Amino acid sequence: MGFFNKIKQGLKKTSQLLNTDVRDLFKAEGRLIDEDFLEELTAILIKTDMGVAPAKAIVDEVGTKFRARVMQMEDVLATIKAKLKELMAQPEEPIRFAAQGPTVIMVAGVNGAGKTTSIAKLAHLFKSQGKQVVLGAGDTFRAAAVEQLTIWAERLGADMVKGDQGSDPASVAHRAVARAIETGAEVCIVDTAGRLQTQQNLMQQLTKIHRVIGKQIPEAPHEVLLVLDATTGQNGISQAKHFTDAVNCSGIVLAKLDGTAKGGVVVAIRQQVGLPVKYVGVGEKPEDLTLFVPDEFVDALFADLIAPAAA
Amino acid sequence: MFESLQEGLSGALKTLRGKGKLSEANMREGLGLVQTALLEADVSYPVVKDFVGKVTEKALGEKVLSSLDPSQQVVGIVHQELVDLMGPVDHSLHLKPSTTVLMLCGLQGSGKTTTCGKLGRLLKERERKPLLVAADLQRPAAIEQLHVIGEQLGIDVFSEPGAKDPVAVCQAAVKHAKKIGCDVVVLDTAGRLHIDEELMEQLRQIDRKVEPEQVYLVVDGMTGQDAVNSAKAFNEALELDGVILTKLDGDARGGAVLSVKHVTGVPIKFIGTGEHLDALQEFHPERMAQRILGMGDILTLVEQAQQKFDQDEMAKQEERLRKGEFTLDDYRNMLGQTKKLGPINKIMSMLPGMGNMQEMLDGVDAEGGMKRMGGIIDSMTPEERRLPSKIDQSRRRRIATGAGVEPHEVNELVKQFEPMAAIMKQMAGKGMRDRFKMMQDLQKGLSNPNAKLQKAKVGTGKRLSSAERAKLRKQREKEARRRKRDARRGG
Repeated sequence: MGFFNKIKQGLKKTSQLLNTDVRDLFKAEGRLIDEDFLEELTAILIKTDMGVAPAKAIVDEVGTKFRARVMQMEDVLATIKAKLKELMAQPEEPIRFAAQGPTVIMVAGVNGAGKTTSIAKLAHLFKSQGKQVVLGAGDTFRAAAVEQLTIWAERLGADMVKGDQGSDPASVAHRAVARAIETGAEVCIVDTAGRLQTQQNLMQQLTKIHRVIGKQIPEAPHEVLLVLDATTGQNGISQAKHFTDAVNCSGIVLAKLDGTAKGGVVVAIRQQVGLPVKYVGVGEKPEDLTLFVPDEFVDALFADLIAPAAA
Repeated sequence: MFESLQEGLSGALKTLRGKGKLSEANMREGLGLVQTALLEADVSYPVVKDFVGKVTEKALGEKVLSSLDPSQQVVGIVHQELVDLMGPVDHSLHLKPSTTVLMLCGLQGSGKTTTCGKLGRLLKERERKPLLVAADLQRPAAIEQLHVIGEQLGIDVFSEPGAKDPVAVCQAAVKHAKKIGCDVVVLDTAGRLHIDEELMEQLRQIDRKVEPEQVYLVVDGMTGQDAVNSAKAFNEALELDGVILTKLDGDARGGAVLSVKHVTGVPIKFIGTGEHLDALQEFHPERMAQRILGMGDILTLVEQAQQKFDQDEMAKQEERLRKGEFTLDDYRNMLGQTKKLGPINKIMSMLPGMGNMQEMLDGVDAEGGMKRMGGIIDSMTPEERRLPSKIDQSRRRRIATGAGVEPHEVNELVKQFEPMAAIMKQMAGKGMRDRFKMMQDLQKGLSNPNAKLQKAKVGTGKRLSSAERAKLRKQREKEARRRKRDARRGG
């Protein structure tokens, strides 16, 4: 299944919700673009969690273009989509693999964002590309987190390095990278314990893990992925900022996009922190992970709306 | 928690200050800012509209027009509206004397299993005998997680290895609880999406067959606009009895609390404020609203202080302060007492007007700093603690080695301590009100990050007349000449 279909499937509920909303704004004979209309449009956009500023930017654009005119839905929608694409513009960025030796990927995020599941999905993805994967169970804090990753490693047939609960996560990371070098594995994914971005000492610990990895392979970790729960609201911006400060994140894995949440905060994050989204999680199975393509993401969001309107 | 909302609101209301009377026109800007602040705090759009509408309506009433200080009036109205939105309070778990079943449900990763442990701890504290039930058969190792938590707390955990049907597990658990004499059963169900019909039906099954007395929805405090959708779906499927809001110890603005309350109408029971199993607090709309508005949460702080501070120790310190004694020993005690209260940032956020201060502390490792300071003082001799001026280079080096810090840190501590001791001594004789004012002055001084604490002027004990000063100067000069002469002759 291609990205478009997968994400469409994931966003089905989302787009249904959004589309009915947008469609409600129009009647067959078109609608006058006035303050009321713009107000309603604001409400719809805010509900995607994109934040006040991006929503305002889109509404302003629609306002300047069409104010006081009677418009058909398709025209307004095209403008909204174009503006949204502009706001989200980013190169399509899959994982950058190391020229030689293992590619080290560090995964971080707040508690319950979906790190471990996302790691399982990434491991599945790399395995399906015929790569050897070593997992580092760096969440030595939460009860049974190591067991959770172990179960995934067994299911996926990935190699795994672990430490005892409460042991130093940096040492686990170190050993995981060492194992990858030793066994000639192409990819090493290091899990970390969930932490809120305001917990200073835990963020320092994260920086240490990052540093320890870099000692073995100078340019490692090659990727630092922030796992973001799609239901997260504006706090996602703070998460992106603080995690980037601590470990220089290279991209986002947007997890749990299969609910009704739209994950719109990534628009605000792209604006304010510049962090691109790399992958999207759309289910609980290992194969429910897909590369993020912003244009298609926006199109998929409105896809159901265009088709019946054109028919 | 809520600082950002707090900042936004106080910024918004500042524009109202100094306006003579409230009118739609002069309120529009302020209320627009209130609206943006609430939206940025993740309060759902319809709730915000509703809220701002109500506040406008009330503020435009006759009473307000005759008011002398409109900004206060608006703050009052905003506050009251917030309280109304988040209330009423009901912290009771509605426990029966016989076996009571509590069920936790929510989205994936909202914090159900941790909350389950926290509830277990709370119940144990209240002298009930809880049984935690691992009904999450979905997520790998969820059962192990609950077992580890149960072990940490010394609470029984029920699970059926290899089971496929959570409904059967829950039914068996209740039977098991009765058999081993547990009187509260807490069901930890699997996380699920509210649009997953199959899994929602499974929840309904558990609800029908096990008939839990209380069903609680666990909601991530960082949730955005979608909080409305999921809370609504869970409430429709299960008839919730309460909500537990988690992960509120970060900088999440927590607007989800307003949204969830609005759509479900059920009381918010508890809030989770940390990863440790004792970080579960009762939810107080009054306090929360005050916190949101930057009025501080003195009540919670006092409550905590009473719980955690050693009353005798406090009285002793108070007595010493009154006598004008404040040594590094007292400082050490104070650090210890403060530590019992919890993380500094958390305490700061509860003090009125300290919202900004917290931002300053952001990025400072306050706890680590306190620990180091304690270590430094511990490495001093009793004499040095009484008279820090005795600490010379070699003593400094010894203390630093003992505490595992750099010598300059010892110096910094002593320098910090001096003005603090002076302030503490001044505070001793004063009432609460004056102390409070001094704290605020102290804070004002601190808001300039480059400034050190001002050294308070302290009397030298004697005052010289100008004649005496002249005499002293003459003596000093004479002495200097003599030294010079001696040096010449010697050389």
